[in-house]
Amino acid sequence: MNIHEYQAKEIFREFGVRVLEGVHCRSVSEALAAYDSLGSKVVAVKSQIHAGGRGKGTLYDPESGDEIMKGGVKIAFSKNDVEEFSRNICGNLLVTKQTGAEGKIVSNMYVESGCDIDHEFYLAILVDRDRKSILVMASTEGGVDIEEVAENNPEAIHKIWADSSLGLLEEDCASLSKSLGLTGDSSKEMIEMLGSLYRMFVERDCSMIEINPLVRTKTGSMVALDAKVGLDENANFRHPWRDDVRDLSEEEDVEIRANDLGLSYVKLDGNIGCLVNGAGLAMASMDVIKLYGGEPANFLDIGGGATRESITAAFQIILEDENVEGILVNIFGGIIRCDMVAMSVIEASKELGLEVPLVVRFSGTNHEEGKAILDSGEISIHTVGSLSEGARKIVDLIGGGN
Amino acid sequence: MAIWINEESKILIQGITGKQGTFHGTRMVRYNTNVVGGVTPGKGGQEVDLDGHQVPVFDSMMEAVSETGADVSAIYVPARFAAAAIHEAAEAFNENGGGLIVCITEGIPTLDMIRAVDKVNEFEKVRLIGPNCPGIISPGLNGGCKVGIMPAFIHKKGRIGIVSKSGTLTYEAVAQTMSVDEGQTTCVGIGGDPVSGTGFIDCLSAFEEDPDTVAVVMIGEIGGSAEEEAAEWVCDNMSKPVIGFVAGSTAPPGKRMGHAGAIISGGKGTAAEKFAAFEKAGIHVARDPSEIGQVLVGALIEAGLRES
Repeated sequence: MNIHEYQAKEIFREFGVRVLEGVHCRSVSEALAAYDSLGSKVVAVKSQIHAGGRGKGTLYDPESGDEIMKGGVKIAFSKNDVEEFSRNICGNLLVTKQTGAEGKIVSNMYVESGCDIDHEFYLAILVDRDRKSILVMASTEGGVDIEEVAENNPEAIHKIWADSSLGLLEEDCASLSKSLGLTGDSSKEMIEMLGSLYRMFVERDCSMIEINPLVRTKTGSMVALDAKVGLDENANFRHPWRDDVRDLSEEEDVEIRANDLGLSYVKLDGNIGCLVNGAGLAMASMDVIKLYGGEPANFLDIGGGATRESITAAFQIILEDENVEGILVNIFGGIIRCDMVAMSVIEASKELGLEVPLVVRFSGTNHEEGKAILDSGEISIHTVGSLSEGARKIVDLIGGGN
Repeated sequence: MAIWINEESKILIQGITGKQGTFHGTRMVRYNTNVVGGVTPGKGGQEVDLDGHQVPVFDSMMEAVSETGADVSAIYVPARFAAAAIHEAAEAFNENGGGLIVCITEGIPTLDMIRAVDKVNEFEKVRLIGPNCPGIISPGLNGGCKVGIMPAFIHKKGRIGIVSKSGTLTYEAVAQTMSVDEGQTTCVGIGGDPVSGTGFIDCLSAFEEDPDTVAVVMIGEIGGSAEEEAAEWVCDNMSKPVIGFVAGSTAPPGKRMGHAGAIISGGKGTAAEKFAAFEKAGIHVARDPSEIGQVLVGALIEAGLRES
């Protein structure tokens, strides 16, 4: 789960991480009022969407598709600038490297005081899967893509790891600060900031905190100019505050609905819908469809606790995608019984008036019973014995493939 | 033989009085797995009926392990209590000669797992498999030892080891070995979470040492770099043939594909990279999981372990 920059900075303040003053706005008039209240001549007007690359993105009119402005984060030197920029941002479509071509409508902005930047750094805290610990990663090259730095100038990236019982050691923080070339008060502030961010990471169950750039100001202060925070959804049960910061408009409506039904769904661009039990098998089913020349329309794992209701809902979700021309059902019965799935498939196809070709592959618990139910039904369903046979069949039926 | 569990293993079920614990405990017993008891705090002294088998319930793992001499624990407790259950099991096994913890529970917070794995690693004789995994099974001649939620009937005692990050895709791999008339020594589902206990290399190394295992099927998925590291390990250390598949070639970057760990982030952890690492390490690659059986046969023939 991701949150907006303005929300992340609110948490930063709570944990004593230095940020500039700023106001969350939802309209041009709010942005203008924010400008007046901040009392800073220079301000940044920042689009708030969950995807990165906002500064280098482009804003478009969602109706006409015309380009409106380059840059989703703008520096305003006057109230007039604030008016122009906020008008160009608010309600328009922001396309960045991370949003994909469809972009995101910007409905939130953040107007933030300016500051005199002396140097830009990069700082991130995340989970290191290989070391099974929390990793702090910093670079002297901030404000640019960290992947590019890692590629072209890996020695500019410095890392320290937390001890799972002792936390982040002060000596490690000091040495990280030193590697970044920080001295005096800047170094002291950096070490304090690392402690605060680590505390926030742990207490708020974050999956990632990324500050790019983290700046040293002309007066030597260390300030988080940007904030990208990801939260570990598995820990939602102990963080009721997350309900208030969750922005459902940033999530795919259908993915939320699927989630509420115990389904895991991700929409893709192809035309073959997939309905599978298990995440690995669901991915493998997509891969095999592609291998035989088809294009999967979605990832869909119905989970171990699937019921007739959730399977019907799964079909409904798949069919809402207008691109879908055929469906492959691939079930390896364990706890889930193939005969139960077969009944659900028949019910769902009747209830939804299924018109596209349907190929079903059953294996595992009660697969023979399941197949018999499908073969004896009046609905035309193609049953197959293996995943590759199923993938070939559905690709063939919709007339695609090579 | 098999790795880590066999027909002699004594199993405890943490969360035995819960719906999942009783349901899967019953199926474990039906497979002739030696379930010796369970733990549910506050329900010590009771008994649970697992398919006509009365097993005792204890209040704590410490008590359960010392009373029963168990050396394996299966955890079926809800996510919010699961990390504490791992800690408890680790301490209890450490005090009593060691043991294997198999955590089936899905959805445990990552930070809880970092601490739990760290705890387990303090003890040399304690191993953790999972979380968020189907478990581990060593088929025997009459049933076998099943610690987890996998459908037992698809397995058969044999000479192939299987290790996988996925659940149902592991079953697919099992079915593939069966389709070419090969059984399994042990099948381990290591789970798809970002932070977990036993990894690919632990399993590969145990299979390499197991005299009854002649070849290993390894199923990876996108995210992280465990597959690449395992491939390197195979190249340097493994004398037995390894057959590999990686799920997620078609997964878009930045999207979590069901498993918390199955995500391509910052362009890293793609299936293409993992397949390339497999090939470079001399692993026999199947691009379609339905071909694992045939690729396995080819590898066995090449190693002189099968004629056709």
